[in-house]
Amino acid sequence: MGECTCHKNYMPDTLIPKVGVITDIREETPDVKTFRVNAPEGGKLFEHMPGQCAMLCVPGISEGMFSITSSPTNQEYQEFSIKKCGELTSYLHDLQAGDEITVRGPYGNHFPVEDRLKGQNLLFIAGGIGLAPLRSVINYVLDHREDYGTVDILYGSRSAEDLVQLKEIREVWMKAEGVNVYLTIDREQEGWDGHVGFVPAYLKELGFTTDKVALVCGPPIMIKFVLQGLEELGFVKEQVYTTLELRMKCGIGKCGRCNIGSKYVCKDGPVFRMDEVDQLPDEY
Amino acid sequence: MQELRDRVKALLMDGTVDRVLGWKAGDLPYNPEAAYFETPESLTEFIYDGFCGANLSKMMIEASKLEGRTLVCLKPCDTYSFNQLLTEHHVDRNKAYIIGVACKGKLDIEKIHAFGIKGIRRIRGSEADVASGILQFETIYGEKSCAYADAMLERCHVCKGKEHRIYDELIGESKETKDADRFAQVEQIEAMSPDKRFAYFQKELSKCIRCNACRNVCPACSCRKCVFDSTRFDSAQKANVDSFEEKMFHIIRAFHVAGRCTDCGECSRVCPQGIPLHLFNRKFIKDINAFYGEFQAGEDIDVRGPLVSYALDDRKPGQTAERG
Amino acid sequence: MYKMKIENMNALFRTISGTQDLITPIRSAGQTNFGLWTEEASVDLHTLKTAKSGKDAFFPQSENLYTCLRKGQRLTIEPEALRERPFTVFGMRACDVRGVEVLDRVFLAEPVDTFYAARRSHGTIVALACHEPEESCFCQVFGTDCAEACADVTVWMVGDMLYWKELTEKGIALTETVGALLEGADAADEAALNVEKEAIRRITEQLPYTGLSLEGWGRDATDVKFHSPVWEMLYHPCLACGTCTFVCPTCQCYDIKDYDTGHGVQRYRCWDSCMYSDFTMMAHGNNRTSQMQRFRQRFMHKLVYFPENNEGMYSCVGCGRCVEKCPEGLNIVKVIKAFAPEGGERNG
Repeated sequence: MGECTCHKNYMPDTLIPKVGVITDIREETPDVKTFRVNAPEGGKLFEHMPGQCAMLCVPGISEGMFSITSSPTNQEYQEFSIKKCGELTSYLHDLQAGDEITVRGPYGNHFPVEDRLKGQNLLFIAGGIGLAPLRSVINYVLDHREDYGTVDILYGSRSAEDLVQLKEIREVWMKAEGVNVYLTIDREQEGWDGHVGFVPAYLKELGFTTDKVALVCGPPIMIKFVLQGLEELGFVKEQVYTTLELRMKCGIGKCGRCNIGSKYVCKDGPVFRMDEVDQLPDEY
Repeated sequence: MQELRDRVKALLMDGTVDRVLGWKAGDLPYNPEAAYFETPESLTEFIYDGFCGANLSKMMIEASKLEGRTLVCLKPCDTYSFNQLLTEHHVDRNKAYIIGVACKGKLDIEKIHAFGIKGIRRIRGSEADVASGILQFETIYGEKSCAYADAMLERCHVCKGKEHRIYDELIGESKETKDADRFAQVEQIEAMSPDKRFAYFQKELSKCIRCNACRNVCPACSCRKCVFDSTRFDSAQKANVDSFEEKMFHIIRAFHVAGRCTDCGECSRVCPQGIPLHLFNRKFIKDINAFYGEFQAGEDIDVRGPLVSYALDDRKPGQTAERG
Repeated sequence: MYKMKIENMNALFRTISGTQDLITPIRSAGQTNFGLWTEEASVDLHTLKTAKSGKDAFFPQSENLYTCLRKGQRLTIEPEALRERPFTVFGMRACDVRGVEVLDRVFLAEPVDTFYAARRSHGTIVALACHEPEESCFCQVFGTDCAEACADVTVWMVGDMLYWKELTEKGIALTETVGALLEGADAADEAALNVEKEAIRRITEQLPYTGLSLEGWGRDATDVKFHSPVWEMLYHPCLACGTCTFVCPTCQCYDIKDYDTGHGVQRYRCWDSCMYSDFTMMAHGNNRTSQMQRFRQRFMHKLVYFPENNEGMYSCVGCGRCVEKCPEGLNIVKVIKAFAPEGGERNG
């Protein structure tokens, strides 16, 4: 039994990350920052599809799964919009441009932009930081405008300050052809002349026609009432996509953490069609 | 056992208690489990025999939060734990109806297996009210037997006594099982050279798989959130490549329960790797006895433990450290 | 088939360890577990079940994945080398071998876990038939024949003789390594071995759990089983410790953690337990908040979810370690029985 070389052919293990450089940090809201990440030699660390996630890690602190908020059509970098809510995210928020983190991925499935969504009218419904995964799809769709029908974006947050990507929303999305953007905030505030009210209520007010596919992402309570609202408007479950989020460690369906029924959110998700979600045991 | 079951049933039926915390028959002759019984009918599965080693005191922490009164079956040594939990305000005396159950020593299936007795179908002699002193096994490989005392848990050989320290009523006749000195093994280890002692613990603790059974079963480990469950430590709950932290886990745990550990022996009973974890605790108990005078946690609810009381003539840390 | 006098066992081990690492059941501090063989080790092939299964040989309780070094803002990553030195695991029982097959389904599925795969490709398993199965055994419920364990090599210890049958290319290679110690078996040996196998099988037919029925489990059982009130009745004694998961040959959940050595951050992977309260804990909450949910997850995974993803294959192998080791007398058999109105026994 001599020296064996068989595993020299293996790809590097998917648990071994790459080093990524934070090349820009944009303060979106009081508790959300958008991090631009590049490979140390420039360019992107990897290619991804809209809705996919990646594991970001501050070595010695922790590692967590975050959705990639930039569109795959962006050839220069990847972006992650991250809300400060725990140990890792607090550390990430303290980083400076030029700092390095480790990144592995992309993981998970993606929104079916190449098949089921093609040629469809799209209705995006997001709450708060829930815009992060949908932003990737929206920009992808805008960059392949001819492949899709109408685009309606309903986005709400607690306050005007908590609306993520407001600059892009105003300067790009609102000006794009065939795109309607509806913004709302939870409570009245000075300087805001837009709509006030929760996303689900605004959804019913707007009363969209059912010739659309809805993509919903936001806090669980918002998703719950948005789904009820969509149902009332006549949408069926097969017309609605959402993303799930559970504790993840490996990202490849092996560590057992994000297991709901026979599905792994990291591998079989994070994107699920509502009729698929209904098949899962109620444990998410 | 019939007397116990009948009494428990009567107390449940007349409304004295709302539920019974006891042991339910297992699917093998030696694996009963702790269980709540809420109806008289369910008590057909109630048992009490030599394999009912589990100390139910800690379960009374949760039971104290339930509506109504819980009848709990406590063996003499379990009552020390209950008392200790009482002094720490973890259990509610008014919500407990304690039946002090007799004990003639509890059995260790691992010891029985180690005698080469396997393929066990039936066991005779393990019943609570049989006093033959012999265990008889009907196995796939023929009839086997061993002395009851030889199959007892270590803790029963150094029993603190068959007197219940707290109870509402007593049922059954206990049998003295103490036939060894509680601190003999600690003394042996103290007599070892530091190198030998280190090697001894290294060997024992390297078996640790960090399953946390010792901690989770320990009545003294009653913190709602354990320091070892914090993600802020490198030693949090999981095994590292470096075996160092397993030692730290057990040593820190021994420190945390010092002065409160009643030496109930549950840590060693549940360890899937047979680590004699009680030795750490006994060392502390022995030292506390030497430094502050004889003290048995859980013996008396009105006595403050030496580690939570202060006297001007208390031994100084320096003096303690000198002992090495 | 070959044979060897059992008195030559030490010579056999010495020969194997001359070319590779040898991992075998070793008794230390009163417990038998798989460990690295040395001349001083006290090999224990008579204890039927090691306290832990032999899965550590391929999926160690803890292993480093890489080291991350920081210099100013710069990070560098040094991946841990993959296993290169060949090794043999001698003395795995049929149930544990089946356990490795379950782990294969997880770790060798795309994307392949290279750390595991490297160990699998460098490891040879010599399975040892069970001479005297015990009351906690129920491997036959999952279709395993403990009289004829299928691995790279299968061995039987009958009287003073070791019988040796190589089954794979790796097995053939190992047989060549130890060839000088083996002699060809003849018809009389075959007959003696058949007597032994029949004896083992007769015993397994008499074990208390032999009649255990898996009816109602497996694929498509999620809806019925998940919502059953039985879980609420079962979980109470559960201590929320990790004993069952850590002694189990198929439990493969792991955690990935960092350890700051002061000279860099070691990223290591270690066994984790779905029984632990922090297993699914996130910054914004926990999707399994009660021990009942965690308890349910473990058994649903073994008996429903895993079969759903693996053509009906259960991720319990019936080794019975949870039966022996659960501090509170809970185990998968009690779970299976609790769901069967007739007590989990086959009719007749």
